[in-house]
Amino acid sequence: MKAAVVVFPGSNCDRDMAVALRAAGADVSMVWHKDAALPDGVDLVAIPGGFSFGDYLRCGAIAAKSPISKAVVNHVERGGFALGVCNGFQVLAETGLLPGALIQNAGLKFLCKSVSLRVETTDSAFTAPYGAGAEIQIPIAHHEGNYRIDADGLARLQGEGRVAFRYTQTPNGAMDDIAGVLSENRRVLGMMPHPERAISDDLGGSDGAPMFTSLVEACVAA
Amino acid sequence: MKATVTVMLKTGVLDPQGEAVKSALLGMGFDGVQGVRQGKTITLDLADGTTQDDVNAMCEKLLANTVIESYAVDMDT
Repeated sequence: MKAAVVVFPGSNCDRDMAVALRAAGADVSMVWHKDAALPDGVDLVAIPGGFSFGDYLRCGAIAAKSPISKAVVNHVERGGFALGVCNGFQVLAETGLLPGALIQNAGLKFLCKSVSLRVETTDSAFTAPYGAGAEIQIPIAHHEGNYRIDADGLARLQGEGRVAFRYTQTPNGAMDDIAGVLSENRRVLGMMPHPERAISDDLGGSDGAPMFTSLVEACVAA
Repeated sequence: MKATVTVMLKTGVLDPQGEAVKSALLGMGFDGVQGVRQGKTITLDLADGTTQDDVNAMCEKLLANTVIESYAVDMDT
């Protein structure tokens, strides 16, 4: 199973993401934002956390217009998997691959701590290994994680079971406590919490590891 | 020629910075403040012949995220 991790100027969780994917058995390559194409045969594109382009204009806005982002959009349109974490979620929202937008935390503070998430659907390769309603501990580290979407969009996400994770107690004011959302084909996940930072008890928790293992298995099976 | 683009969070979208500024102003004794919304101004230096449609396209594609933001374009000649 081949995965690519996109690196923008200002990405800072790219190597953590690569470590998590390799630990799950993926063959990982790093892809620079100026590249116009993904490596051949990539099954999963991971867009990591960080501060791409210094968060200038809006978080993820400039990254979403970079050459590699067109390749990511094409990959997703062909049915490929994509995972965006934190800044990666902001980038996916800015590309339009996921609905909604992320604005400043309601409390104005940068939040860096472990939070409790409820797994809201098991119908995706990302969430399948967790039981429905399971609570997992995953760290957050963001200033703009306050998820916003219009009423129709929210109703659609809810109706189609595309809310992947909710905070058990929202730390950032996100609408409907949403921490992560899935695309219509359930192959793209954007989430603010960092599963790649929770892949070993040595790091303070391992609740993120099953997501990566499941993704690798899903791609190998496909 | 220049154009000035003003980008604001749409009405109804929570503006945490605006709320914080409002709270500070009220705390300073400016009792008449009923609401604060904070946005950004982007000034563009443009080649002659650039049209308002061009600037609108820039706003739609990059300068504003129309999911949460509205924009206004002022073409200064």
